[in-house]
Amino acid sequence: MTLSARRRHLYLLSATLAVAGLSVAAYRATELGFPLSPGATSPLWTVEARVQFERFTPGPAKAMLAIPSDPPGYSVLTENFISRGYGVSVSQEGEDRIAMWAIRRTEGEQSLYYRLRVFRKADRRVEMQAPPFPSVPELEEPFASALDAIVEDVRRRSADVETFTATLLQTIASASPDDNVRIFIGDVSDPFAAAQAAQTLLSGARIPSLILQVLPLPDEARQVEMRPWIAVHNGKKWLFFNPVTGIKELPESLLIWRWNGDPLVQVTGGVRENIEFRVSPSVQDALSLAQQQAASHGSRLAQFSLLDLPLQTQQVYSIVSLIPIGALIIVLMRNLVGIRTFGTFLPVLVALAFRETQLIAGIVLFSTLVALGLTLRLYLEKLHLLLVPRLAAVLTMVVLLMAALSVLSHRLGLETGLSVALFPMVILTMTIERMSVVWEERGPRDAIIDGLGSLFVAAIAYGVMDMAILQHVAFVFPETLLVVLAVILMLGSYTGYRLTELRRFRALAGDRP
Amino acid sequence: MIFRRLRAQGVLGINSRNAELIATYNSRHLYPLVDDKLRTKQLAREHGVPAPELYGSLSTIHDIHQFPEIVAGREQFVVKPANGSGGDGILVFDGHRDGRFRLCTGLQVSWDDLAHHLANTLNGQYSLGGHPDRVMIEYRVVFDPVFDAVSYLGVPDIRVIVFRGFPAMAMVRLPTRASQGKANLHQGAVGVAIDIATGCTTRGVLNNDVVTQHPDTGAELGGLQVPEWQKIMLMAARCYELTGLGYLGVDIVLDVRKGPLMLELNARPGLNIQIANGEGIVGRLREIQKFAGDGPGAEARVAFSTAAFCRTEAA
Repeated sequence: MTLSARRRHLYLLSATLAVAGLSVAAYRATELGFPLSPGATSPLWTVEARVQFERFTPGPAKAMLAIPSDPPGYSVLTENFISRGYGVSVSQEGEDRIAMWAIRRTEGEQSLYYRLRVFRKADRRVEMQAPPFPSVPELEEPFASALDAIVEDVRRRSADVETFTATLLQTIASASPDDNVRIFIGDVSDPFAAAQAAQTLLSGARIPSLILQVLPLPDEARQVEMRPWIAVHNGKKWLFFNPVTGIKELPESLLIWRWNGDPLVQVTGGVRENIEFRVSPSVQDALSLAQQQAASHGSRLAQFSLLDLPLQTQQVYSIVSLIPIGALIIVLMRNLVGIRTFGTFLPVLVALAFRETQLIAGIVLFSTLVALGLTLRLYLEKLHLLLVPRLAAVLTMVVLLMAALSVLSHRLGLETGLSVALFPMVILTMTIERMSVVWEERGPRDAIIDGLGSLFVAAIAYGVMDMAILQHVAFVFPETLLVVLAVILMLGSYTGYRLTELRRFRALAGDRP
Repeated sequence: MIFRRLRAQGVLGINSRNAELIATYNSRHLYPLVDDKLRTKQLAREHGVPAPELYGSLSTIHDIHQFPEIVAGREQFVVKPANGSGGDGILVFDGHRDGRFRLCTGLQVSWDDLAHHLANTLNGQYSLGGHPDRVMIEYRVVFDPVFDAVSYLGVPDIRVIVFRGFPAMAMVRLPTRASQGKANLHQGAVGVAIDIATGCTTRGVLNNDVVTQHPDTGAELGGLQVPEWQKIMLMAARCYELTGLGYLGVDIVLDVRKGPLMLELNARPGLNIQIANGEGIVGRLREIQKFAGDGPGAEARVAFSTAAFCRTEAA
């Protein structure tokens, strides 16, 4: 491949990797609800609807309850039907989802339960077809002329569908309604009746409207009432109005139960039917919520998750998935900055150890170990040992030193000293060996510069790898490591100067020969 | 900014050297030819490139006992790891008597110490990656006095960068007290630019700074004429055919009797030669690239470089 073809290939590959990683992550974050930040919790509501009715004589009974289907702004986690001896079926009838309980023979007071667990999601799009324009209702007098008067009055005080609806609802809801309005709603303070009247008046202005049944989801467990809500279509989209205040709003805390105002419950074979709603909020870890939801959706992408592994393996991967990020830091430090280190990836492993020891204690422990090891190594030099036995001896001494440090710090009550056991000892041994060779061949200055370089890079890598958000993202969205890979690949083709070279070649930058 | 000025000057950085030169022109399978100095020496013999005579080599710990035999009757010799880098592990001996060996620095070494050093070398202490190594014992170069005034002990050697067989840039590396007789710039040796056209030294650098006098001897660094320069250029150019490496550092020493000798080759030559020359190398590499064509002979290549890279007027 030529240079430019190779470049193109590389850019294409990196872009593909990055896009793939980001889009999988985006899908899992938005669609499956995997949280982007650690410790995120999602509020979860359990809605319990209790349908009660009575049957005085033994015989068959049938109860139908309209239940929500895919309410906007909420995701349904689970739903259960609880009843004694009833058969349950769910069917779709137009826009309605209907749960039907049926029993061949029963008697006395009946209680049927429908339990729904929902949580809020960010997406609150409404996907409901715009209805046809309603025809002006044909009413008897005095209703017809009252309707005309009200519509005429409200139209004069409004500009478009939105303001018309708001004004109309305010007129209906006002504390001292005029006679025309009173004719319509009477004196009943039933909100559904008021909503019904509002719909009739909206039809009089040929505005398509719906009466919604909404359930407020409160912050504490309590019994709640189904409330009406008004939706009008302005030709482009749905607008939602609080029929009590006339304010255009649809608070997040409202769960849209049903897209019409028909009675929720229909009982055949029973009397005195009644429905009660009880809502209790709970908080659940967003991560486990996302998993549950994904599992119930049967999403394949969710099944291929590190979160599905056994807990112990998960812990391993929560650390392992940070290593590529550390490797990226190494690439940056070595190829862009130009810091010399002992061993290519030694600083990453040291940084991982720092996670346990904390930074300052880690640096102190690491320096102590290396200094002690180096002293002993320089002493061994005098004994003229062969290379491999000498390395083995240094390794043994490193282990002994680590044990001694742990015991000593434990005695002194410094618990951080115990974590010294997490240092990668083989790598420490190689560091000590390489450092002692550099020490003898090039002098202490070079050895210490390289040693400090390694520590510095390890500290930077630790700082980055310790960021809670990165740990979370790397573990929950391991596909983002494809982005890290893309960046590393791109950096692999960086042929510009390293930062340290700017200093090194500074003599060349000034005087032109 | 400094970044842009360096680019305008055609200064080659490490990343660029690794990605654009070494990765492109130096096939990895050719590396052992230059990393193993024993193989380099053999190739040099086959191609008629003069090199210091090999007295013998050691391959295993067991071979160490042959060492006294190899050096018997030779007062002066050099011990080198065959896969060493950066001049590490090289010992230069001045003489020996009754199991005492005298280094060129005047230090005495016992047979025990020397055997330990040989064993360490064989075990790979100085080789890249710690692989088992071999030890070579070779002729100790008697330096041409041309650099006597500007050297402190050790081996002054000439480094020529050869790109696709064309000598591109040259310098001489002079040991100092700080470099402990070693000719590596990062260990504190002085690098002095040599004009490719004439073989005359121009100016020097020490630890990345321009110098005109040797830090230990105080002698002027510029204006020295390197003897047999044409022969040196030709030797360097021929090393391209010897290895097939397109971007090559050739190290040459001047022996008072045998003339220029090729000491070793480097597949990843350093970048300090640019500082010594006060010039980025990229411009020269481009000129060579334009001219190279279908590979003219060594003489033609030297002629091109001599004509194209004459810097005496500029200096």
